[in-house]
Amino acid sequence: MPIHLSKEINKLKKSILALCTTVEENVRKAVTSVVNKDIKLAIEVEEKDIEIDQMEIDIEEECLKILALHQPVAIDLRYVIACMKMNNDLERIGDLAENIARSAKAIAEFGDDDEQRKPDFSLMMDKTRSMLKKTLDSLIEMDTNLAREVIKEDDVIDDLNREMHTTILRWLKENPAKAEYYVRLLNVSKHLERIADYATNIAEDVLYMATGSIVRHQVK
Amino acid sequence: MIATEPVINKSKIIVKNLNFFYGQHQALFNNNIEIKENMVTAVIGPSGCGKSTHLRAYNRIFELYREQRAEGEVILDNENILSGSVDILELRRKIGMIFQKPTPFPMSVFDNVAYGLKLHYRLSRSEMAEKVEMGLHRVALWDEVKDKLKAPGMALSGGQQQRLCLARAIAIEPEVLLMDEPTSAIDPVGTLKIENLIEELKENFTIVIVTHNMQQAARVSDYTAFFYEGHIIEYDKTENMFTKPKAKQTEDYITGRFG
Repeated sequence: MPIHLSKEINKLKKSILALCTTVEENVRKAVTSVVNKDIKLAIEVEEKDIEIDQMEIDIEEECLKILALHQPVAIDLRYVIACMKMNNDLERIGDLAENIARSAKAIAEFGDDDEQRKPDFSLMMDKTRSMLKKTLDSLIEMDTNLAREVIKEDDVIDDLNREMHTTILRWLKENPAKAEYYVRLLNVSKHLERIADYATNIAEDVLYMATGSIVRHQVK
Repeated sequence: MIATEPVINKSKIIVKNLNFFYGQHQALFNNNIEIKENMVTAVIGPSGCGKSTHLRAYNRIFELYREQRAEGEVILDNENILSGSVDILELRRKIGMIFQKPTPFPMSVFDNVAYGLKLHYRLSRSEMAEKVEMGLHRVALWDEVKDKLKAPGMALSGGQQQRLCLARAIAIEPEVLLMDEPTSAIDPVGTLKIENLIEELKENFTIVIVTHNMQQAARVSDYTAFFYEGHIIEYDKTENMFTKPKAKQTEDYITGRFG
């Protein structure tokens, strides 16, 4: 392998992993800020997103540079293209973490939940975070089995989101005075579901990278 | 010329208002460029644009022909090498050169590398053997030729001959390596070896490479200069040149729209 290209690919790998860990950490903090009604932490998440945006721009430039200067082929080409797509997806996950943090700030201002209508995001959060983590591990280890597992798990999150939606909608009807609060809760659920979708996209890109086959849009 | 980002690396060679003439014909016009130390600078442009002419001013090799002359300044470490006071032998030791076609001398592999050393240093037999071996190691040729050091250099393959010339050039520890189309007469495997060597050698040398092959310039260089009709049209970091060139002429050339 040409030494120049291999150096660039290694650099890209490091950058994308750095973005992965930063995004994963920000999702974790965003979720915690909702659970603990922690406004300070939510602000921290919002601030971190600026850094994530810059990382995305840098990685895109790195990819463009590799394509323009080294014309990679086969596995190297798939790697760079997959990184470009993952880069976009990771940045979008970052945005969703920021949205969750924003909701967390609003939710915190409503004070305590009433005991009968207390949302429990814990299962959904755990599942989403574990999916995200598995996706990143599959990327690091180039583990296609793990990537396939993630793709299957997306259905679980979809179901949890639907359940959450039904429950919160019922509460909203019972207590329309707190409509805004419930809409915020709905958003958090929706954002978590979207994060899981993006994690699935990344897992699909890992499969593409490792095997060359495109598994998107296939009937499961 | 389109000026670009501020200079970060130290400049090894500073060219100021370089004009070059073949008799009455002017081939270079007011070339200004700063070659960065321990970087690879590629010179690209269509045939006859002055790439090689520009390079040949750096070691005054043009002086072998009486009707050729250069005006302006080529400053290497604060000294204008175009001025008469420069010791040519010392200049050529500091600035080595590799040509398009491998130019092994009609002597053995060993003597090819030893030749320049003998010219510049007084070495014992064992010191000489050590330096020659080291030179051949540095160009990744040792394993291929260690059993045929006494064979004629001309008997090696084209790619090996070019690496032999590179070993001869770097054995005398130059500071700058000029490469004029170093791989255009070599097969793809030999080309890859030379390109990988360029990456390794830049740690110790400042390299200027003239190439017809734009992809090669893109792959191996840190900076690229685009020449057209004797003028330097654009000079920038290679990644900028090949992703967002500033001059329309550069864009047209690197995208194959002319030249």
